[in-house]
Amino acid sequence: MPANSVNWAAKVLAVTGKDIISEFRTRFAVNAIVMFALVTLTVISFALGVLQPAAEIMAAMFWIILFFAAMSGLAQAFIKEEESGTALILKLSCDGIVIFFGKFLFNLLLLIVLAILIVPLFIVLLNTTAENWLLFIAGLVLGMIGLSGATTIIAAIVSKASIKGALFTVLSFPILMPLLAAVIEITKIAFIDGRFSDAAAPIQMLIAFDVVMITLSVMLFDFVWRH
Amino acid sequence: MLKLEAQNLAKHFGTRKVFDNINISLEAGQSLAVVGPNGSGKTTLLKVIIGLVYPSRGDVTFSKNGRKLEFEQYRKYLSLVAPYFSLYDSLTAGENLRFFAKVSGHVIKRTEQHELLQQVGLEGRGDDFVSSYSTGMKQRLKYAVAMLKRPKILLVDEPGTNLDESGKEMAANLLNRLRDDSIIIIATNDKKEYALAGEFCQLGG
Repeated sequence: MPANSVNWAAKVLAVTGKDIISEFRTRFAVNAIVMFALVTLTVISFALGVLQPAAEIMAAMFWIILFFAAMSGLAQAFIKEEESGTALILKLSCDGIVIFFGKFLFNLLLLIVLAILIVPLFIVLLNTTAENWLLFIAGLVLGMIGLSGATTIIAAIVSKASIKGALFTVLSFPILMPLLAAVIEITKIAFIDGRFSDAAAPIQMLIAFDVVMITLSVMLFDFVWRH
Repeated sequence: MLKLEAQNLAKHFGTRKVFDNINISLEAGQSLAVVGPNGSGKTTLLKVIIGLVYPSRGDVTFSKNGRKLEFEQYRKYLSLVAPYFSLYDSLTAGENLRFFAKVSGHVIKRTEQHELLQQVGLEGRGDDFVSSYSTGMKQRLKYAVAMLKRPKILLVDEPGTNLDESGKEMAANLLNRLRDDSIIIIATNDKKEYALAGEFCQLGG
């Protein structure tokens, strides 16, 4: 962590703030993820009809919607910088680590917006609910932190490739497999009114994933971003 | 005293040799014009110097008072003006200036922002979106962003690109103002711009 942490935090918030203003004006990523989530939820709702699948299936469907909706929008953080030609001046203006955390926070905010929209719709359209809300929210928050950390570094890696969108999803999937397995398990336990102790193993696994992913990203980001 | 040294620099793309055996030694107060025809490697040389492209051979070293600086250290002294990067179209000129000032580590006041825009001939246009700017105005704004750091190392690729006569005069004035304290490297194929620098490095024969 840089010595002048106040100044460092202000720089990180400047990057996040710039992305929020830019997104508010262009709605590039928000439109993509919200439209994807809404369409997928509606299709699943029509397909299921009155069927009430098991908690495992519901938990898996919830995270599949969140994962693919996130894939459609989170890559924009870096792809937009490369495609609009602003990446070079950004590289010369601040430390890579500032950019990583600025983009990480922006992606996390996008995921929070997505979750705020998806969770109530999922409950209403699929006629289900979490029996243990605290556990459900804990899984959701930890899952979103890991998802944001992993997708931020992967977006930086694929931003220079020619087939960015496809490569982003293909690269993200194997890296996010442990996270998806853990959050689906936690969500399933939350749907059947399990306790925190029942979900101890996936929660530990998820915390470890988040720590390892963010630590690795911090270590690797400067090289990925500059070269 | 800030110093830039490049020794025996070479860059190849596959079997194509872009440049070879380039040696540069510049101290604060010295300026260099990298000259040559299109495709002679001027832009590549600038990118190698600022550390964004690896050379195939040789080293570039920035040092201050004899101590070698890493990228994250010399980046703080460095500004670039070039046609191949853009500023944020969805932000206003003022928002661009405030953003780049903040991520570079300082906050600019409204009066400083006004002065900067005035220096580059964009007074009264600070609240306009960059997307509404002409290419010449965008180039002027790049000079304003470059001046935010009061750069000790300034690299300018094609200083007069997209600029009208008054714009070229503005660019020359800004470069002259920095000339005494900074290392300036200009890449150009315009003979009129050779005069902006004290030394020459000819590429491409």
